[in-house]
Amino acid sequence: MNKRTLAGLLGVGILVLAALFAPVLTPYAPNTQSVVERLTAPSVKHILGTDELGRDVLSRMLYGGRVSMSVGIIAVLIATFIGLLVGALAGYYGGVMDNIIMRTVDIILTIPTLFVILMLVVFLGPSITNIMIIIGLTSWPDIARIIRAEVMSIKKAPYIDATRVLGLPKKMIIAKHIMPNALGPVFVYMIFGVSGAILTESGLSFLGLGVQPPAASWGNILSSGKDYIETGWWLTAFPGLAIFLAVFSYNLLGEGLRDFFNPKLSR
Amino acid sequence: MGKYVLKRLLLIFPVLIGITLITFAIIHLTPGGYTSVNMQMNIKVSPDSVARLKTLYGLDKPLHTQYLDWVSRVLRFDFGTSFIDQRPVMDKIYERLPATLLLNLISLVLIFIVGIGIGVASAVKNGGTFDKVMSVITFIGYSLPSFWLALLLMILFGVVLRWLPVSGMVSLGFDYMSPMQKIGDLILHLILPVFVTAFGGLAYISRYVKSSMVETLSQYYIKAAYAKGMPEKTVIYKSALKNSLLPVITLLGLSLPGLIGGSFIFETIFSWPGMGRLAYESALSFDYPVIMGVATIAAFLTLLGNLIADIAYALVDPRIRYR
Repeated sequence: MNKRTLAGLLGVGILVLAALFAPVLTPYAPNTQSVVERLTAPSVKHILGTDELGRDVLSRMLYGGRVSMSVGIIAVLIATFIGLLVGALAGYYGGVMDNIIMRTVDIILTIPTLFVILMLVVFLGPSITNIMIIIGLTSWPDIARIIRAEVMSIKKAPYIDATRVLGLPKKMIIAKHIMPNALGPVFVYMIFGVSGAILTESGLSFLGLGVQPPAASWGNILSSGKDYIETGWWLTAFPGLAIFLAVFSYNLLGEGLRDFFNPKLSR
Repeated sequence: MGKYVLKRLLLIFPVLIGITLITFAIIHLTPGGYTSVNMQMNIKVSPDSVARLKTLYGLDKPLHTQYLDWVSRVLRFDFGTSFIDQRPVMDKIYERLPATLLLNLISLVLIFIVGIGIGVASAVKNGGTFDKVMSVITFIGYSLPSFWLALLLMILFGVVLRWLPVSGMVSLGFDYMSPMQKIGDLILHLILPVFVTAFGGLAYISRYVKSSMVETLSQYYIKAAYAKGMPEKTVIYKSALKNSLLPVITLLGLSLPGLIGGSFIFETIFSWPGMGRLAYESALSFDYPVIMGVATIAAFLTLLGNLIADIAYALVDPRIRYR
C-alpha cells in the first residue's frame, strides 16, 4: 500500500460514511424550506449557507452524496456484470464468437456515449433508477475488453489444462478457475468506473436530465447555483468541490490499486 | 497502401449497420414504442404530429420492414421534421454543425499541440520538477468536473473581472462590425468554451505522450544513437519523438466520441449554438426526430474521424499496412 492508495481509501471511506450517516449528521431535513432564510451566506447556523428556497446546503449535499455514491456504485455493478459475461464468453470461446462480440463492442465504442445516454434518458425518463441502469448499460464495453484479454491469457495456463483433464464442465472452469484470477484488473477499472459514473450523473443532473428535484444531488444543487452565480457563490462552490473530491478520491484509489496489481505501469 | 485503405473502408459497413441497429433499438425501447406516454402528455405534440410520426416511422409495418426503412432514411439523411417548428431535422443540424466543428477542431488542435509539448517535456526530465508539477496538475485535471470548471471560469472572467463574454458565439451587434472586429469578437467568445473543452483531453493526452516517450527513450536504438555520439537534442527530437508520437494518432480517433459527446454539456453551459445544444434543447422538449438525427450524425462524425486517423497511421507507420 502506498500513500496514494491510503489517501484515496481515506477519502472514499469518509464519503461513504458521510452518505450512510446522512440522517444523523445533518442538522436539518434536506427539503425543509424557510422563506426568511433564502440564499443566506455560510454562517454558524448554516455552515455551507442556504439555497434559493432556504434549504440547508450542507444537509442537501449529504443527501446528494447518498445519491451520487449509490448511482456510481450500482451503475458500475451493472456494467461489471454485463462486461464479465460478455468478456468471458469472447475470451474463453474465441473464434467466431469472439469476433462477433468484439466487433459489436467496437461499434458501440464509436457512438458518443453521452448521446446514447441522452437518447435513453429522454426515452425512458429521468429518475435515479433509470440513470443507474442507463450509465450501467453504456459503460460495460471497456470491462468486457479487459476481461477478454485476461481470460485469453489465463486459459493457456497449465492449471487450466489440468482442470480440463479432470473433466470439469466448462461453466465451472470459467466461473471457479478463470474468473477469480481475471478479476484483479477489473477491480481497478471498477474503481475508475465509479468516478466516471459520478461525473456522468452529476453532469446529467446539472443539465436537469438526471436526478429530479426536490431530491438532492450534487449536480442539481450546482444547477440551481448557476442561476445565482452573482449572488450565491456557495451554491456553486461547495457541490462542485464535493464532486471533485469524490472523483479525485476514487481516482487516487484506482491508481494506487493499479500500481499494486501491476507494478510495471508505475514508472 | 491502396489495399489497406480499401480494407479499412469496407469495415465501415458493419459499423454503419451497428449504428442504425442501436438507434433503431432505442426508438423501439420505450414501452409502447416511439409514440407513447411521454408524447401524449406533452402538450407541444399534437395528435396530428403523432399520426405523422407513426407514418414516418411506419410503426404499423413488420419489424424488419421498419428497420430497412430506417436504414434507407438514415442513408438519405432524412430524419423527418421537428415537432417544435416542423422544419426538416437535417436543416436544423446543418445550421448548427459549423459551430460544433469550429469549437471541437480548435480544441483538438490545442489538445494535441499543448498535450504533446507537456508530455515530451515531462518525459525528457522524468522525475524532475516540471514532471512532478505537471503530473499533479494533470491528475487534478482528470478529476475536475468540467462543467464545474466552466462555471468557475464564467464567474471569474465573466462576472468578477468582466474580461470575457460567457455565452453565445457572437455579441449582439455582430452584424454591424467590421470584418476584423468580427474575428476578434468570435475569438473572445471562443476562449472559455475551447479551454474547458480541451482541458480534460489535455490531461489525458499529455500523460499518454509522457509514458509513450519514456518507453521509447529506453529502447536500444536510442542508446545506440547516444553511443555513436549523436547530440541529445537530435536523439530526442528526431529519433525518439517521431516514434513515440505514432500511437497518439490513434488517440486522435479515440478521443472524438468524448469530445463530440461532451459538446452537449459545454455548448449548453456556454449557450454555444452548436449540435450539442440542439440535442439538449430537443431533449427538454421531447423532440425525438431531432435527437435521433443529432445522435446519428454524431456517430457518423466519429466514424469519419476514426477512419481518417487509421489511414493517417498507416501512412506514417508502414508496419500497419503489412500486418
